[in-house]
Amino acid sequence: MKLTDIFKKKSSSEMAKDRLKLVLVSDRSSCSPEIMERIKNDILEVLSKYVEVDQAGLDIKFTQMDTEGVTSDSKTVPALYANIPIKNMKHSAKN
Amino acid sequence: MGEVIVVTSGKGGVGKTTTTANLGTGLAKLNKKVVLIDTDIGLRNLDVVMGLENRIVYNLVDVVEGSCKVKQAMIRDKRYDTLFLLPAAQTKDKTSVTPDQMKKLAEELKQEFDYVIMDCPAGIEQGFKNAIAGAERAVVVTTPEVSAVRDADRIIGLLEANEIGKTQLVVNRLRPEMVKRGDMMSAEDVIDILAVDLLGVVPDDENIVVATNNGEPLAGDSSLAGQAYMNICRRIMGESVPFLNLEDKRGFFAALAGVFRK
Repeated sequence: MKLTDIFKKKSSSEMAKDRLKLVLVSDRSSCSPEIMERIKNDILEVLSKYVEVDQAGLDIKFTQMDTEGVTSDSKTVPALYANIPIKNMKHSAKN
Repeated sequence: MGEVIVVTSGKGGVGKTTTTANLGTGLAKLNKKVVLIDTDIGLRNLDVVMGLENRIVYNLVDVVEGSCKVKQAMIRDKRYDTLFLLPAAQTKDKTSVTPDQMKKLAEELKQEFDYVIMDCPAGIEQGFKNAIAGAERAVVVTTPEVSAVRDADRIIGLLEANEIGKTQLVVNRLRPEMVKRGDMMSAEDVIDILAVDLLGVVPDDENIVVATNNGEPLAGDSSLAGQAYMNICRRIMGESVPFLNLEDKRGFFAALAGVFRK
């Protein structure tokens, strides 16, 4: 949110658009917790070959983000957000 | 060989039946041979919107059960010789018909008709599955409201999953003056969110209520909604028809207002 946004009230149609975009991201991903868990485990499995991952701090979820550049019209697309803290690099993988 | 089109929406009360009736009327006016099938078994409505409720003898369930021939169940429209209605059963439930039976029926009817149009019930259960079973093309109806657009998105996803080739959107009950003052999403907003092709925009028009009262769909008359529906029919036939003047203007003003607000 920009600072200027605080001073102007959004029109109700803009509110509707924003709310819809958000709700549709989760509707569309229709990703069951089961699948999410499998995605998480698969990512971990691959990463573990190279680095030591802090499993407690792991955060993986579907969200939405703006497409950057290319065109002037801003569109939001679903994105996989992953925050994976790394404890240690595995030196053997470097070779 | 004709085309099978399903008119659907997910949410109830957004104008599926009204749209179906007007597509039928408009296409018949354009000299096409059309049959409308009310697939909302248990809650039939298309017959009253068409003003044909007094002529029903047999219905869709009778046809698929083989109790009568398709020709016996089809009712010819009061005004247009090339328009027919196959009414839903009122006393049965949705499980009386299966998607396979509907597919077979659609195949049979499209040999004879230019357009076979299925009026889909609200929801995504068996009735929906029946209605889309034989369809090659879908018209999704929505209003510019969050609930209707959300359901339309779900429906579009399901249509894709069921490999319905072509899906187009009708934005119904748009109120230009509300769009102008920023209190209603514009057709462009809805299209932007749903990422689907726009088939047409129908303004909120009192004449629709009057037409339904009379049981005479208004496609093709001088009212704004009547013109909008006629344009939709032409686009269905593959013509490239510009969107109604008023809507163009409105779209421009909405866009302009959007620029100034930023």
